[in-house]
Amino acid sequence: MRRRDALKGGLVLLATSTLASIYKPAYSKTLVGGSGAWKAQPPPPLSVVDSSRLVYLTQDEAKLVGTVFDVLIPADELGMGATEAGCVTFLDHQLAGPFGSAAKDYKLGPVVEGTPQQGPQSIATPAEIYRKGLAELNTVTRKKFDKAFPDLSEDQKVAFLEGMEAGTIQFETVKAKDFFTLLLQNVREGYLADPMYGGNRDMVGWKLVGFPGAVYDYRDWIVSKRGKKIDVQPVSLLRTT
Amino acid sequence: MHYKRPKADVVIVGLGWAGSTMAEELTRAGLNVVAIERGAWRDTSTSFPTTRNPDELSGSIRKDILQAPVTETYTVRNRPGETALPLRKYHNLTLGNNVGGAGTHWAGASWRWQSFDHQPYSRVMERYGAKQLVDGLILQDWGASYHDLEPFYDRFEKIAGTSGTAGVINGVKQPGGNPFEDSRTSPYPTPALERTRANILFSEATTRMGYSPFPVPSAMIGGPYTNALGINLAPCTYCGYCQLYGCGNWSKSSPNICILPVLMQRPNFTVVTESEVVRINTTADKKMATGVTFVDSDGNIGEQPADIVITATFTLDNTRLLLLSGISTPYDVNTGQGVVGRAFTFQTLSWAFMFFENEYLNPFMNTGALATQIDDFNGDNFDHTGLGFIGGAGIQSLCNQGLPIGMSGLVPEGSPRWGKGWKKAFQKSYQNYAQIQGQGTNFAHREQFMDLDPTYKDRFGQPLLRITYDYNENDRRSGRFIRDKCVEIAKEMGAREIKGVSLADDPYSGYTPWDSSHVQGGVVMGEDPRTSVQNRYQQNWDVPNLFVIGASSFPNNAGYNPTVAVGATTLWTAKAIKDLYLKNPGPLVRL
Amino acid sequence: MTRNLFQRALRISFHSGFMLSLAALPVNVVHAQNAPVNARMEHGRYLAVAGDCLACHTAADGKPFAGGLDLKTPFGIITTSNITSDKETGIGNWTFQQFDDAVRHGKGPNGHLYPAMPYTAYSQITDADIADLWEYIRTLPPVNHKVESNKLPFPYNIRTLLVFWNLLFFKDAAFVPDNSKSAEINRGAYLVQSLGHCGTCHTPKNALGGDTKDTFQGASLQGWFAPDLTNNAHTGLGQWTADDIVTYLRSGTNRYTAASGPMTEAIVNSTQHLTDADLQAIAAYFKSLPPRTVSPPQPLPASNAQVTAGQRDFMVECSACHRSSGAGISNMIPDLRNNPAVKAQNPDSLLNIVLKGTEGPATLANPTGAAMPGFGWKLQDEQIANVLTYIRNSWGNAAPALSAADVSKARAAINAQPAVPR
Repeated sequence: MRRRDALKGGLVLLATSTLASIYKPAYSKTLVGGSGAWKAQPPPPLSVVDSSRLVYLTQDEAKLVGTVFDVLIPADELGMGATEAGCVTFLDHQLAGPFGSAAKDYKLGPVVEGTPQQGPQSIATPAEIYRKGLAELNTVTRKKFDKAFPDLSEDQKVAFLEGMEAGTIQFETVKAKDFFTLLLQNVREGYLADPMYGGNRDMVGWKLVGFPGAVYDYRDWIVSKRGKKIDVQPVSLLRTT
Repeated sequence: MHYKRPKADVVIVGLGWAGSTMAEELTRAGLNVVAIERGAWRDTSTSFPTTRNPDELSGSIRKDILQAPVTETYTVRNRPGETALPLRKYHNLTLGNNVGGAGTHWAGASWRWQSFDHQPYSRVMERYGAKQLVDGLILQDWGASYHDLEPFYDRFEKIAGTSGTAGVINGVKQPGGNPFEDSRTSPYPTPALERTRANILFSEATTRMGYSPFPVPSAMIGGPYTNALGINLAPCTYCGYCQLYGCGNWSKSSPNICILPVLMQRPNFTVVTESEVVRINTTADKKMATGVTFVDSDGNIGEQPADIVITATFTLDNTRLLLLSGISTPYDVNTGQGVVGRAFTFQTLSWAFMFFENEYLNPFMNTGALATQIDDFNGDNFDHTGLGFIGGAGIQSLCNQGLPIGMSGLVPEGSPRWGKGWKKAFQKSYQNYAQIQGQGTNFAHREQFMDLDPTYKDRFGQPLLRITYDYNENDRRSGRFIRDKCVEIAKEMGAREIKGVSLADDPYSGYTPWDSSHVQGGVVMGEDPRTSVQNRYQQNWDVPNLFVIGASSFPNNAGYNPTVAVGATTLWTAKAIKDLYLKNPGPLVRL
Repeated sequence: MTRNLFQRALRISFHSGFMLSLAALPVNVVHAQNAPVNARMEHGRYLAVAGDCLACHTAADGKPFAGGLDLKTPFGIITTSNITSDKETGIGNWTFQQFDDAVRHGKGPNGHLYPAMPYTAYSQITDADIADLWEYIRTLPPVNHKVESNKLPFPYNIRTLLVFWNLLFFKDAAFVPDNSKSAEINRGAYLVQSLGHCGTCHTPKNALGGDTKDTFQGASLQGWFAPDLTNNAHTGLGQWTADDIVTYLRSGTNRYTAASGPMTEAIVNSTQHLTDADLQAIAAYFKSLPPRTVSPPQPLPASNAQVTAGQRDFMVECSACHRSSGAGISNMIPDLRNNPAVKAQNPDSLLNIVLKGTEGPATLANPTGAAMPGFGWKLQDEQIANVLTYIRNSWGNAAPALSAADVSKARAAINAQPAVPR
């Protein structure tokens, strides 16, 4: 659209703006030089996830994965644990989106296992892996300890997750080791991503390491703070905490 | 629906660095140029605003800016005889998915390659003889020397606004620069960036060891600059959102910032976006290209006729496009005959990862290419006699990483990866982690090549490109040699814990952490049609109105990043088209 | 086949002055029009560019000069007319006299024109220029495009009411040179007051849309403040040299600032294409104007709570481009220090730019086009009020504080996005 914020004749004029056109999906375009500024479709505004309800996980799944997350990132003197920091909310929203559906992956067949260096060949999505993996988690611990995972002692929980990580504990419906890798990846993401995604409450993860957050200019510090401790309250993109 | 667009003088496939640089030259010469780009239009102010850019999750982690494997991917195997399988998830080759290509999200290391890198065969024969080459190694000159390319390196730097400290100007060594660089005619357009604490520790250590540290030339602009096309660039802010991000404040050179604003002003330039070229069309005798066929995002099939066809897609896709179009002879690994897909190279990386005891390295203050380097062991800057390999690496203290998710796994070996122990270790290592990268040469081998996959197809049903690659013995030897140098420097820097790695010690994988995204070759330029697809002007030996530009033309990889060499060879070819080809269309090199 | 490419390249590059024609023509006219065939038509084309006729007489995505752009006025919508040579829907049947009546005297075939057509300024066009303009306009290729021009509500739809408006506010008189000033200043005055119609935006208006006597002292127009063009150093062009003005009108930027809002379009469509002599004349005229007499206020103290809070947000949101010192980047990112636009009494433009962002001027002389992103979706009213209060009272600036209520009002007035909920 050509912009016409024209002001003429002592009468005041305002551009006709078609707001509806702003966020429509991109499509093939032919742009010719000299025909005015070429502008991309602006990306939609960032937003804060709604933590008041679950969008993919069931209540039971959310509770269970929270128990696992709190073993991976527990509360201690350095800061709150994963669940309190919102990592389950984070995961829930990630699984409901393109990450959960592995929307970017190549999924055409044939699907066969190759060498380790050929990389993951499974076309199971993270959302599917969580659904199956969480269902099987309690089944396996019941077989092994006669208890659901949340009812294990702290030491048992740690030992069990170590077994998943090392590949000594096997699941039937998913690869326990891969599931563990996904759990660890996602809990770290939730603890350290911008709080607008639902985790990193009060920017706890950023405060843990001294990361200043959504800052786009360090020119004043690159020399003056070289090698020095920087005490700064981090900022998030939408100033959420 | 099928449709045919009006004929153009020139069609350019892909509007990344190579395509937009070429488009600028040819539209300025008055030609009517149509570019066809698979990705969408992106402009700095609208698409990468500072208001939303500093977001690690969508950038480095989910890689939203990259072209997704669902759109197109590659199959990979380590050696002939194995079954290649597709790279199903995001992998180490980081393709662009927008106008600007990978040049929008690149890290920004902005190197001129050395004389040696353009004429490796002559130099090795002259200094060591054939005995220096391991079995099966492919080594050949480009047909264009550093001397030929220098004016074009110079011009490209002045388009990009490259920051750096010159090492040699008109034969005279300059303080603080790279003493090994080949002579330049002018200094870098903008001054080198400030150094980090880790850079300084590296610089001090290597100086004590007798080496010559210097700032790595960078796309991050060192001060306000008006480029050769009249576009203004702003100084870098050290925000650290470079690699896998578009720069929001006009301070990382990219086609979007440095070239496209000028093309947008020219009525003889057109870009068709979100349209994927699937074939180069030729006359029945395959002696002339007639244009290209593309599929637009609505699924319509379009044709763009043109007098000159230039493909400037991602390196690997240049090879794929020739194979899909049946142009020139595909390489046959069994006979060693054929040229398309031959002389494929990667990069040989070595690392020293280190942890200090009590530093505040403030890793978040960085850029994609904030590095201090020594070139004492790069290319042929040292005597290889008795070492059993050729090449080497630029060894650099690289400060390109400070975002917390990406660093969450960077704790010393043996530290817990989760639990309270991890929190404690991560808190400490975040401020104490540093790295030395040995970015090494990589040489082609007769069993490293590309062809069309017999099984896997893209979304249009066309075969995927198949990569057959593993490191060869030359690269394994150079990788270990460089790794040991990295470790020695790390020790001298005073690090507490150090781990040295040569990635070439393990089989090649598209998913190796810390690995390179650089691939070269497949449509190489050269002096002999039996070993090259194109002549020294990147003009196809068989189809004289077809020019395939980019790192696909390079028969070897240097211990450097390829972008500026791509820019220089593109400008060199543009001049040949303007000054030679247009006056006398036909082969520019006759044998 | 390809041999003729070189000849074509040569022909375009040199024989018809490819780069030269790019520099001289408004780019969106290049394709639309046949090249003028004689000197008077060429001069008429230049005058049409100087008057920026195309901007209003072309709809979004419409054919050039075929009209149909809706101009939103406080009195209702006026749709611009088709001025191509189409006999049915354009002005193909017009005589020169009819053209002159419309452009210089505000009289159309159906009665009085609304002063959305700036005939109040165009009345000063010389006889020779209006004749040349007609030579060009009458050759515009016909486009059959019917436009219903008057969608105003009662009583503004009664054209005869304009008789009274014209009596009050329209001085139907030719430009009279001031013989006490140089020829250059008079040439500048002519361009500014007639074709350039600068006062249309920059001169304050009364309640009925007529010019007040405070010529070029700055005016607020639907969400933008067209700044003071007098030589006042605090609010106007006092700091700028004549060269700064020329550079600005040629490239959209200069060492102090970059154009924003509607001025960007005026530069891109019109002023960048004027000759050096004409731009110099315009600059000389503005530099000859007496400064507006206002004295600067005192800045708020750095300890002011809004200033302190604003500084924090400025460092996070703004410093990446404008730098922590506010100095910006020459010819690209405005210098906020001691900047008349920043300390304008009327903050409309500042609010508009921060809430909605503004496209950067992309011209042949400076194609960069660095834009400012909109912050309306991101920052709350209070944050924006604080940031603006901070920049309006730092680095030599001094201007009244803004409140969250001011921002809220502006948001509604210019239809900016609400801040995302959090």
